[in-house]
Amino acid sequence: MSIVQSDALTFECETGNYHTFCPISCVSWLYQKIEDSFFLVIGTKTCGYFLQNAMGVMIFAEPRYAMAELEEGDISAKLNDYGELRRLCLQIKKDRNPSVIFWIGTCTTEIIKMDLEGIAPKLEAEIRVPIVVARANGLDYAFTQGEDTVLAAMAQRCPSHHYIENTNPHVPLVLFGSLPDPVVTQLVMELKKQGIIVSGWLPSKRYTELPVIQEGYYVAGVNPFLSRTATTLMRRRKTKLIGAPFPIGPDGTRAWIEKICSVFSIKPEGLAEREKDIWDSLEDYIALIRGKSVFFMGDNLLEVSLARFLTRCGMTVYEIGIPYMDKRYQAAELALLKSTCDDMNVMMPTIVEKPDNYNQLDRIRDLKPDLVITGMAHANPLEARGINTKWSVEFTFAQIHGFTNARDILELVTRPLRRNLSLSELGWDIYSKQG
Amino acid sequence: MKLAYWMYAGPAHIGTLRVASSFKKVHAIMHAPLGDDYFNVMRSMLERDRDFTPVTASVVDRHVLARGSQEKVVENITRKDREEKPDLVILTPTCTSSILQEDLQNFVSRASIETEADVLLADVNHYRVNELQASDRTLEQIVTFYMEKAKSNNILTKKTIKPSVNIIGAVSLGFHNQHDIAELKRLFHDLDIQINQVIPENASVHDLKNLPSAWFNFVPYRETGLMTALYLKKEFNMPYIDITPMGIVQTATSIRSIQKILNALGATVNYEKYIDEQTRFISQSAWFSRSIDCQNLTGKKAIVFGDATHAAAITRILHQEMGIHVAWCGTYCKYDEEWFREQVKGFCDEVIISDDHGLIGDLIAKTEPAAIFGTQMERHIGKRLNIPCGVISSPVHIQNFPLSYRPFLGYEGTNQIADLVYNSFTLGMEDHLLEIFGGHDTTEALSVGISADDSLNWSDEAQKELSKIPGFVRGKVKRNTEKFARDCSKNLITLELMYEAKEKVSS
Repeated sequence: MSIVQSDALTFECETGNYHTFCPISCVSWLYQKIEDSFFLVIGTKTCGYFLQNAMGVMIFAEPRYAMAELEEGDISAKLNDYGELRRLCLQIKKDRNPSVIFWIGTCTTEIIKMDLEGIAPKLEAEIRVPIVVARANGLDYAFTQGEDTVLAAMAQRCPSHHYIENTNPHVPLVLFGSLPDPVVTQLVMELKKQGIIVSGWLPSKRYTELPVIQEGYYVAGVNPFLSRTATTLMRRRKTKLIGAPFPIGPDGTRAWIEKICSVFSIKPEGLAEREKDIWDSLEDYIALIRGKSVFFMGDNLLEVSLARFLTRCGMTVYEIGIPYMDKRYQAAELALLKSTCDDMNVMMPTIVEKPDNYNQLDRIRDLKPDLVITGMAHANPLEARGINTKWSVEFTFAQIHGFTNARDILELVTRPLRRNLSLSELGWDIYSKQG
Repeated sequence: MKLAYWMYAGPAHIGTLRVASSFKKVHAIMHAPLGDDYFNVMRSMLERDRDFTPVTASVVDRHVLARGSQEKVVENITRKDREEKPDLVILTPTCTSSILQEDLQNFVSRASIETEADVLLADVNHYRVNELQASDRTLEQIVTFYMEKAKSNNILTKKTIKPSVNIIGAVSLGFHNQHDIAELKRLFHDLDIQINQVIPENASVHDLKNLPSAWFNFVPYRETGLMTALYLKKEFNMPYIDITPMGIVQTATSIRSIQKILNALGATVNYEKYIDEQTRFISQSAWFSRSIDCQNLTGKKAIVFGDATHAAAITRILHQEMGIHVAWCGTYCKYDEEWFREQVKGFCDEVIISDDHGLIGDLIAKTEPAAIFGTQMERHIGKRLNIPCGVISSPVHIQNFPLSYRPFLGYEGTNQIADLVYNSFTLGMEDHLLEIFGGHDTTEALSVGISADDSLNWSDEAQKELSKIPGFVRGKVKRNTEKFARDCSKNLITLELMYEAKEKVSS
């Protein structure tokens, strides 16, 4: 293991033999978010079976996504990619008439070097449906980063001119990161209370309503896994990124709003009271986890934000496994984690990038944490060995952003502890014959 | 390229891993990009396995692509050899990594120099065969490997003194597989036939050399195990039975063919009395077919779709044992078309061979059967068309891993199937009542709120937000919000008030 010390936070990097979901998973939430879209995943049976089975996104009920399943002829380049994609996209246009077709490239299109970016503009002009290409492949990305590839591609498609005059009292602010609509409303309202108008959101509910982005606009992310999107917005669209901790947990949400306010030279009002009210309302849950320990095996890149929030709740974080750590995009979040650890007087967790699950299980055996947040493959075996677990994917799908939803995070985190509290009277904790 | 929305059978490597992970002390290494190792999730979640799935991904990323993967694959194999001390390590690529056209056989040879364990490369074509075919092939490959090894060591096996059997095809993530195997063991116990080996589930590869000790092989499902049985027939002249004992008639046929084989090998057994007693007094299903209940099923129209084994067997049961009219039956095992047609000849009006769920859905809509017997996909189609569906075949779903005992094979299986069939149809008198009263669904009357109308108003914005909340909780959110508004004496419910209410109510 290589160890790098920086500002007392320890970063390590292991073998990368860890389990996580494929980045094409993002299709399962993005197709619901962008209502007039169609997602075409260009890959193999392996990709299709993953979406169908592991993600449980059965392609049921008039779907807005499909596989372009590569067959032997495609792999051996006997068939013409343009012709094949044209045939499929015309079919999709006829059957579903979407406002946009997303082509999700996979490992296979990377390996056979299919020129999706080259084909798309020509085909788009021919069939007159916008085609956005995102390479959500597992060679370069992990799980939630799939969303990053899609949003980065969409960022390039945002219009740069207003049809109606901009009446904002301040330089326009565009937020990025896919969140369920109610959470979008909540965050927009929180900012509105401080006199900040959100001009647009990437992604928008409809592709046809993509936000206008002009040079000099401010942008801020809501998810820690969107570093490519941030880079694209800064470099290609010449916007200014507001680097803030992410609005997860009352502490993060307050810091996020404060940072945005500071950019617009607004003195936030009532924020401290608001944060305190939320903390007070969480006390019944926090009492269950205060003084307990947690171990993140690493899966969805939300780990640092969640660890920071749970530290503030009084938990000790032993290890933060994370697939990929962009220290620049997450800088504000890392700084908040550090100051939170200082405030709470707990040890700084080790951050392990590209973890090795086998080694992690060894450490879990030694450390015996009260809770392990893990991918789905390890949950049952750990439970059988008397270790409480929570699926990390649940945090990907649950509404966890903003003040109000902090309770939902703790609802998830405390569930195994509450369940086992009720089972503990029965005895029987270990259900495995092996250690 | 093929536009695909859903598939009945998974990719080849899933079949290989199902077989590999079924054996004891066999570890599989997947040579695959990040995220292709979702097999571990399926196995851990569906089988509720207490142990870690013995499958490790040797992750292919940019770095590996640039440098070549040999070093990493070999390192991962030797590492698992040290850590898990398996008897056998199986290397498999996935659809993706198989196109890299690397000499994986060479990786395996390199690794096996350093390992205690045997190392094998799963030999399947990832673009030509599906999960089921690959599982059949991988099992054959492993068995062949150990039989050849035994042959070269001149290990001779003697037949057992008592009649004995190998059950071939106990595979993890199979449809009600564990229960079926338990039922088969019970059946052989009743028949006084010793079980030599059950493979691959829980079997040790080192015991495979003793397979020829059994008098015959039994292959309950033709999807996985038939190739192995054929190999053992060819090499060791072992007879095999591939008549699936599903339903009263086929169970009897299966038992009679066992009798024939055993007697030909010098035993003197007669199972007729056993069959008669089981059929008439132990199993309830034959009596059920003659009971007044089942009368109402006569001539009802059904369709059947699934893997070859299950679809053929269920079609036969519906037609022969219950007098149900099978409008059409079909399978997605396209490669097994000939056998399937032969099996269901005379039991249905039409045979459909297709793996296109869209086509199957359209056909069901056109046929309008009274009940469907199919896979999870047909169950879903049935939901949309409001036609009941009994699930009789893989692809598997968490519902196919019940904690209680639900075999499909043997005499207990006949009871399960009879229950499944009977409960799938609208039953006896219910049929008439529905016709007279136009259904007994009273949800409309109940959905009127219990609160008296008052002066509360919802702003357009809040109304819109309310409509976004999923239907099943909308009523609750509405009631809570209105209660909150009343408590703080507000007449207009705004968006802000709505969220304020959510915070206060949930805390």
